[in-house]
Amino acid sequence: MQKLKFVLNGKCVEVEVEGCARLIDVIRENLGLTGTKEGCGIGECGACTVIIDGDAVDSCLYPALRAQGKNVTTIEGLAKDGRLSALQQAVLDHHALQCGFCTPGFIMSATALLNKNPKPSREEIKNAIAGNLCRCTGYEQMIEAVLDASGQTEIDNDSA
Amino acid sequence: MALYGQKQFHIVNHSVPREDGFDKVTGRATYAADIKYPNMIYAAMLRLVGVASAKVTKIDTSKALKLAGVLAVFTADSFPKMKSWARYFYITDTVRYVGDVIAIIAAETYAIAEEAKKLIHVTYEELPAVFDIREAMKEGAHPVHEEYPDNIFTDSIYTLRKGDTEKGFEQADLIIERTYETQYAEHAYIEPEAVVASEDSSNGEMTIHASAQNPFFTRRYVADILQIPLNRVHIIQETLGGSFGGKEEGVGLLAARAAFVCHVLHRPVKMVYTREESILESSKRHPFLLTYRAGVKKDGRIVAWEATQIGNSGAYNNQTQFLNWRACAHCAGAYDIPNIKSKTFGVFTNNVHSGAFRGYSSPQLLFAQEQFIEEIAEELGMEPLKLRLINCLRDGSTVATGAKVSEVLLPDIIEYTAKQTDYTKKYEQNKTQSGRIRKGIGMAISHRGCGYGAESPDAAGAFLIVNEDASVLLHSGIAENGQGLKTVYCQIAAEALGVPYENIRFFGTDTHRIPDCGMTVASRGTVMGSQAVKKAGEKLNLILREHACTLGFFDSGKGGAPNDRIAQDLVLREGHIFDPSYHEYQVPLADVTNIALWKGLNMAAYEWHVPDPCIQEHDTQQGRAFPTYSYTCVVAELEVDTGTGEVTLKNVHSSHDVGTAINPALIKGQIYGGIVMGWGYASMEEVVLKNGIVGSRNLDEYLIPTAMDMPNMKVSIFECDDNSGTYGAKSVGEPAIECVAAAIANALYNATGRRIRCNPAGLENVLIGRKLW
Repeated sequence: MQKLKFVLNGKCVEVEVEGCARLIDVIRENLGLTGTKEGCGIGECGACTVIIDGDAVDSCLYPALRAQGKNVTTIEGLAKDGRLSALQQAVLDHHALQCGFCTPGFIMSATALLNKNPKPSREEIKNAIAGNLCRCTGYEQMIEAVLDASGQTEIDNDSA
Repeated sequence: MALYGQKQFHIVNHSVPREDGFDKVTGRATYAADIKYPNMIYAAMLRLVGVASAKVTKIDTSKALKLAGVLAVFTADSFPKMKSWARYFYITDTVRYVGDVIAIIAAETYAIAEEAKKLIHVTYEELPAVFDIREAMKEGAHPVHEEYPDNIFTDSIYTLRKGDTEKGFEQADLIIERTYETQYAEHAYIEPEAVVASEDSSNGEMTIHASAQNPFFTRRYVADILQIPLNRVHIIQETLGGSFGGKEEGVGLLAARAAFVCHVLHRPVKMVYTREESILESSKRHPFLLTYRAGVKKDGRIVAWEATQIGNSGAYNNQTQFLNWRACAHCAGAYDIPNIKSKTFGVFTNNVHSGAFRGYSSPQLLFAQEQFIEEIAEELGMEPLKLRLINCLRDGSTVATGAKVSEVLLPDIIEYTAKQTDYTKKYEQNKTQSGRIRKGIGMAISHRGCGYGAESPDAAGAFLIVNEDASVLLHSGIAENGQGLKTVYCQIAAEALGVPYENIRFFGTDTHRIPDCGMTVASRGTVMGSQAVKKAGEKLNLILREHACTLGFFDSGKGGAPNDRIAQDLVLREGHIFDPSYHEYQVPLADVTNIALWKGLNMAAYEWHVPDPCIQEHDTQQGRAFPTYSYTCVVAELEVDTGTGEVTLKNVHSSHDVGTAINPALIKGQIYGGIVMGWGYASMEEVVLKNGIVGSRNLDEYLIPTAMDMPNMKVSIFECDDNSGTYGAKSVGEPAIECVAAAIANALYNATGRRIRCNPAGLENVLIGRKLW
């Protein structure tokens, strides 16, 4: 067992972990934050995405000890004082979720994108969430939500 | 033309926010794998994996049991019964497919349970096996089940006879026959299956938190393994991370295994599939071998149609008989054909079992039927659009089961979508192109029976409770699967009850709170399942108006009215009760409920709805199969690189008659999702099976579309005056996917001149016309 200290959602945390522990297990099991999901365990689906020092990362592939001293944000860290982030609100407004299992990972990937690139194009958004598999939505409303959260609105031509 | 936007409602027909949205964007929503109990243990399953048919002769567990932290190893001998009520096996010593479980290991941690699996030594004799349905039907083939010596699943045979096909073929100027084949496909919901079992030793009650599509269905498995009454099994459906038909039988088996281990070891048990296990054991989309034969007049009228539809059931029957009933009713596509003869049946093999998967046979059938229509058109030298319009269902047509249909928007939808996409012009232009990159445009149309129809009584109940603060609790046995059912049910309850949408809460489906309402399947949730919600809302609306009168709120003089009012004089809308003749006097509902509670008045309503029966004659399948149908037209545009076989899907226009759009934003979500799932099915998705061994083990090998693969999508929502469903709503969840692969296959032909009669259209299939493995 080794000591692991890092900043999780703005708070310093300290846990004892096995050398081989995955970050996702430390977050979910040791620290009890279950918003980060596991869908494949091999870094394909992106449901476990968290932000580490500004980058979107698959926490199922990330050795927990590598997070030593780093700044980790999970889905639970986005809303401030009960107020949703602009992206979380846009996801609600655009019905950009269905079953919701991929939603935390998708929101983390898109949040990392918006932090680096406040006005991403449609293609840049697609690229940023290409590692987040969603089986329900077909991605369209997700992209609209990211555009909206970045202050860009698209004209909706659909008959609905 | 009836595009969305003509109807007048207060709460339904509007894109209100999702009931469960806040919890899902904040990470608060609890899924089954998130549940934890003190003292909880883990259980893992052992399978042969590399062998599809075998008799296990010995399982040596001694080494595994010596590993620190291992609590028990269960084998077939230690289970009270191996076979479930629904014929699958909780555990077995006879392996019929690679997903069969032969041992279950309970341990203090998941890692220890997995480690122990490696220490178990299994001795087995490999048995003969059969994998291909053509082989399975040959004389002398290995019978997968003793009860079905020729491997034909007799309970799943459906034959349909409409008119006289012999005469029809005699009248025909042209007779054409084609065969098509579809593949195994995986649901690939992003949440792998999970259950947590906990037993209350004081009263023997077993509680299961489950990723169950159908909590009541799951309950049957748990009661079966423990041999206890249903009222001692409490299934709590946790937030479901996608299902699409996949978390039915598999989750039932998983829940029963966890319940049994929990019962024996007296500790709460968690069982979670890895993605690999999910792909290995869970059901798949039925592969179909489909042969169609049509007799056509020179003018384009189809006068005779014959269909042979054979499904690969895999190792166990997983709803094949119900699925085949639907396939039988839809054996001739969305066309009015006077003479039809068809046979549909399933065949057992030692492959993964096939089961329910969004569409329930329709994406397979339409892949064939809608290409077949274009092949007929080509033989006739006629534009496919024209052939469709000559033969498609319209007001007064009869479907394959002989029932007459009305309020049919299909011809309008086809013409609208063709016009919007400039289909005819592009279709003709594409036929003459040259060069490496070729464009293609393709169409597919469908009709889909809404709900269970004659498959099963489409009955369901709902229970509404108003509290003294006028907040409302809604209970239904039909469950949220991610599709937005809670939202739609809250909208319907709010509309009927006359309270704001925000006042209603539907927190989840739980088998202790409401009767079994059947399964959340068949795109029945909105069209039929919610009828009881509407009825309960209307009943409670009346009850509350009566209370307002009983409590003196509408006595003479109140609001300036000269006389006492009765409930029938009043309206309850948006949380206020008023007399329309004196509408300035509005009584907030909470004023009434606050007093009603303390006066001992009833503030709840329970309703059960049974739709008019759908009855068919068994041998011919003639009769009314469904209360109504949804209609769809999809046009897909793509580009093919004829040097590599790579296909880029550019645009998809998907038009649907949904009757009444209860929540247009949710409907668009269903349709977008259906397009992308259909694109995966058409192009990249196939569970590769070699001798029954699953070759696509995780999402790096079983590919589903990402955001980079999605096309530009356009959705057109049509509404009509058909009132069969709740507030006129019809099905959309399954219509959203069913035409997509067919439209893409037709677009590929338009681009390359090569028919893809064997799905999916992977690189080699596009390039050389066959699969390489």
